[in-house]
Amino acid sequence: MAIFYRRLPKFRYVSPKTVEEALDFLGNHKNKAKVMAGGTDLIPQLKSREIPPPEYVVDIKGIQGLEGISYDGSTFRIGALCTINRIGNSDVIQSHFPSIVQAAQSMASPQVRNRGTFGGNICNGVPSADSAPPLLTLSAEVTIKGPGGERVIPLERFFTGPKKTSLEGDELLIDISIPKPEKGSRGVYLKLSPRHSMDLAIVGVAAWGTYLDGVCTDIKIGLGAVAPTPMRAIKAEGLIKGQKVTPDVIEEAARVAGSECSPIDDFRASAEYRRDMVYILTKRALNRIFS
Amino acid sequence: MERLNIKVNGKDYELQVKPWATLLDVIREEIGLTGTKEGCGEGECGACTVIMDGMAVNSCIVLAMEANNREVITIEGLAEGDRLHPIQEAFLEKGGMQCGFCTPGMIMSTKVLLDGNKNPTDEEIRKALEGNFCRCTGYTKIFESVKAAAEKMRGEI
Repeated sequence: MAIFYRRLPKFRYVSPKTVEEALDFLGNHKNKAKVMAGGTDLIPQLKSREIPPPEYVVDIKGIQGLEGISYDGSTFRIGALCTINRIGNSDVIQSHFPSIVQAAQSMASPQVRNRGTFGGNICNGVPSADSAPPLLTLSAEVTIKGPGGERVIPLERFFTGPKKTSLEGDELLIDISIPKPEKGSRGVYLKLSPRHSMDLAIVGVAAWGTYLDGVCTDIKIGLGAVAPTPMRAIKAEGLIKGQKVTPDVIEEAARVAGSECSPIDDFRASAEYRRDMVYILTKRALNRIFS
Repeated sequence: MERLNIKVNGKDYELQVKPWATLLDVIREEIGLTGTKEGCGEGECGACTVIMDGMAVNSCIVLAMEANNREVITIEGLAEGDRLHPIQEAFLEKGGMQCGFCTPGMIMSTKVLLDGNKNPTDEEIRKALEGNFCRCTGYTKIFESVKAAAEKMRGEI
């Protein structure tokens, strides 16, 4: 166990009002500044001295225009500062992406969901991030701004390792974008954790798919907490897509999902148990969307 | 030092605070309201719950400066003089506490729930209090207290 201090280490507090102001500051203080959105992960990390104290904490909540959810007819955008509760209570998100709402409501507590953001959850890059598996199944992309301008990359390429992402120290995540889903598509997020609240996923499984006359026309499966990063179960997807959906096909795909992940043993669960649970939850998720 | 303008329980404060001070530090040590408790200190237990701009937050993981120009209500802000808030009365009558350490946080989470939902279901009550841990009561009495508080606030008892 890391030593846990009651008091935060010393740092200076900066509160930029625009994206440009924030980028300027980050550019001039590369590696000395830490960006804070909700702070629900950063503050505990600083108290436990899990990360070296930064010289500056850059609170980006003063930046207008990053807190909402928008839709332009083809793409949904979740701003970097949109809180987990706002997403979990959004009628728009619920009607188009129920698996995102299921993930949001499974996270932490009301107090944390009122502050924490999906953007922060993604940027922390932990393999068990609940927001990641459903977003991966929805082909989400992230918009990043930095000194060189703007870049948009698929969420899958954003995660590079445990607590590692492709976000540079002088860049800011601006939003998470999700293409409009196909009509009739269905999704689900299933989370296994010993407690219903205030607990991390031992395994998280999201699935998203479309189904026409008994044949799967599209399927994506996202897995959390069973690899160095949140991942897609590509091989399992390949077994179902274009096939007539039968109990045998689902069984086989779920088994393959359990074998294509690479979980570790830790104090929450063994690797073997995690593989078994990926199999079980994938089967459950597929049965849920193809019923 | 940073300048912090904050309204706590209806009163305006202008304070000089350390940039690394938490909202909890300032409420307890600068303003002197010690009803809000520090439990885990990392946003897990909910003992430090206060209401900021109408929402429950863990004040141990909110920087004081994040509360700049915001309005905060603590447990001290509920009673009017000697008259307890109906939620406080209900917790007393139903025995919704033992050691009392988690109680201020429980009551603040209950207030947010009942302010927005006069007649919550059992499931909604459990969900609203999921971020508040109690190590004594086993939660049943707390749950009954919240139900009684809702009835009181609806004027049924």
